[in-house]
Amino acid sequence: MAIEVPAPPPGAEQGTQGDGSSRGLRQVVDGSPVADPALEALVGRTKVTRVVSAHVSVLDRLTEIWRSRELLVYLIRTEIKVKYKNSFLGLVWSMIAPAMTLAVFTVVFGVVMKNGIPNFVIFLFSGLLLWNFFQTGVIAATGVVVNNAGLVKKVSFPREILALAAIGSAGVFFFFQACVMSIFMLALGTPPAWHLFWLLLFCLLPTLVFASALALLLASVNVYLRDTQHLVEVLVGAAWFWACPIVYSYQGQVAQKLAHHAAIFKTLFFLDPMTPLVMTFQRVLYNRMGMVALTTSPAGHPTYEQLLPAWPATSYFEMDALVLAFALVLFYVAMLVFGRLAGNFAEEL
Amino acid sequence: MAVDVQQVSKRFRLYHEKYTSLKEKVIHAGRVPYEDLWALRDVSFDVKEGETVGILGRNGSGKSTLLKCVCGVLQPTSGQVVVRGKLAGLLELGAGFQQDLSGRENIYLNGSMLGMSKREVDRVFDDIVAFAELEQFIDNQVKFYSSGMYVRLGFAVAVNVDPDVLVIDEVLAVGDERFQRKCMDRVKQFQREGRTILFVSHSPDQVRAICDRAVVLGDGEMIGLGAPGEAVRLFRERLLEAGDSLALPSPEPEPAAVDGGDPAPGGAAGAERVPGSHRPVRVAGVTVEHPGTGERPYLTTGEPMSVRIAYEAIEATEGVVFVLVMRDSNGTMLLQTDTEVLGQYFDLPPGPGAVEFAFETVPFLDGAYDIVVGIQSRRGGVLYDWQERAGKFEVMNPGKAVGIVSIPHRVTLLPVGADVP
Repeated sequence: MAIEVPAPPPGAEQGTQGDGSSRGLRQVVDGSPVADPALEALVGRTKVTRVVSAHVSVLDRLTEIWRSRELLVYLIRTEIKVKYKNSFLGLVWSMIAPAMTLAVFTVVFGVVMKNGIPNFVIFLFSGLLLWNFFQTGVIAATGVVVNNAGLVKKVSFPREILALAAIGSAGVFFFFQACVMSIFMLALGTPPAWHLFWLLLFCLLPTLVFASALALLLASVNVYLRDTQHLVEVLVGAAWFWACPIVYSYQGQVAQKLAHHAAIFKTLFFLDPMTPLVMTFQRVLYNRMGMVALTTSPAGHPTYEQLLPAWPATSYFEMDALVLAFALVLFYVAMLVFGRLAGNFAEEL
Repeated sequence: MAVDVQQVSKRFRLYHEKYTSLKEKVIHAGRVPYEDLWALRDVSFDVKEGETVGILGRNGSGKSTLLKCVCGVLQPTSGQVVVRGKLAGLLELGAGFQQDLSGRENIYLNGSMLGMSKREVDRVFDDIVAFAELEQFIDNQVKFYSSGMYVRLGFAVAVNVDPDVLVIDEVLAVGDERFQRKCMDRVKQFQREGRTILFVSHSPDQVRAICDRAVVLGDGEMIGLGAPGEAVRLFRERLLEAGDSLALPSPEPEPAAVDGGDPAPGGAAGAERVPGSHRPVRVAGVTVEHPGTGERPYLTTGEPMSVRIAYEAIEATEGVVFVLVMRDSNGTMLLQTDTEVLGQYFDLPPGPGAVEFAFETVPFLDGAYDIVVGIQSRRGGVLYDWQERAGKFEVMNPGKAVGIVSIPHRVTLLPVGADVP
């Protein structure tokens, strides 16, 4: 690794250049102390070996991603910066937008379309919080390789970073929304289930892995099939969203109906990995177990409804752990697919 | 070993029509006509630490594909490239820049793309700005930069990332002359520091000047690997084989209608034959001979050469003067001579004949040169015939000298205290 034979400086052979270049050469060859600090640094440092090949193992790719983690941070930061560049309020918008949404929900469901459920807005937003993270991330990631064609064709870095950065910046917006949500919870005086707060972690982790896996898969497929982008927008944004108990509650609207049908339907409902995750969020943040009294009927007997299933925390944990296991497998598959497709990105774009 | 290219092949699939939408893919499933194009075929070589290796080749010979494989932008179809140490690739300057961010932010972004940590960028930040000469504009958004500022910043970041291996793809031809020189100085400094450089250039001169070895590619295959002089020669030979002349348009004089507005080198474009009703003598052909070079289709610097101009006199003409001009590939005139200068006029009887210009030594360095011939009357009174690109010859320079002409010289170290005016 030491530099024994440095490149002969140009012109040295002709002997017409008596400047520093040939002196520098002599110094190294003679073995006399090297004056240039850059040289010393070069000799002493450890060098990483990188292999460019069509067959790079998933582990090697993961190592590459880990090495580029700082780039990931920069890309996330860039995306957020660019999004609010030249806007007067800048990053404040990422707080204002969810705050306004929440305010509108409060008015709509508390005054206009009264459904009588106390603090329904908190129930709604607890599911929406997680879903937004998932949906924004996946939709943004699907187009990310195509949209950064210039970069992909000319600069070498693990391409996975692009898709992960899309998830990452969705994560940042998730954080801002969570802040707004906590302010609302404080204002409305509805504390979360503090003793179950740890469940959120076991719910965020599978969401992150699952979203990243989908992001990698869709981003790479989209390079070859540009329809993916539009398809994903419809499927995730509309169909999948309504398949999850976010606007409606599982216990209130789905459970009884499923009870009349074969067990297979219940299984199908929970086969959607996002369902248990969203329900965990609702369980922890909304935290109203059992029957809630509806405030819609002023006279007569009060009606009750159950929004959250009366499950113990362990069953939430089990569900989330199952999703995590599934997400990890999917992530591995996604890495394989991405690795296979990434080789031709630069030609396809 | 800094870079080890092991049997790298790269296949591009050229679809006659590209179907990227789902509908098209379904309709054309399995029967999209395509051709396989092997941009690289089984290329193997290695670059030792501290070495500068050039890659020579014509357009489409696979140079850029090879560099992209080394950088990891493309994956080889088979084979692999092993790179030891931090690699900075300059495939395109400023490729990773975000239009909406300031120069400052882009330095950090681009630096991290090239594998630098924030702390490392902090350390060289001022150097980058100074090198790019953008002190005033560093907080402006990059989209407001001029193209020159843009590439300057790109180059400045790339050369300051402290790479072990620098990969350069013909990007040194950016900016004004002064900045280009600055870039070359930086490349040479890299060499002195023992960094490895892999470098693609169109200019054999540049390869000769800075490389220790060079790889010659032709149609995706490695034709040769060796000392720069040898590689440049091989590269030129390959061009000749392909029936191509170096950097020259077709040697045949084309009809004016075809090359239309295309300004041929020399400015005297299109003036193939001076039209005139009375043309008693015309050029029949030009042959270039270099005795002693054997089968070689080129000269080396300093070898003799002769140019034979065959003419045909339609009628007996008195006081005929033959003109010979040599031009380099840029059209710069290097020599104009005629028989009048030599004090010779010819009285030609009708019929064919030939004159010979003999050159004892051709002092040109590398290049392809054009020969222009003319026939005129004494004192340039009447131009009988004039042929641009009537002939050509090529010179290969076995040494390291760069430029146009070889001038023999030597260097002496003067004793201390010697009179220096």
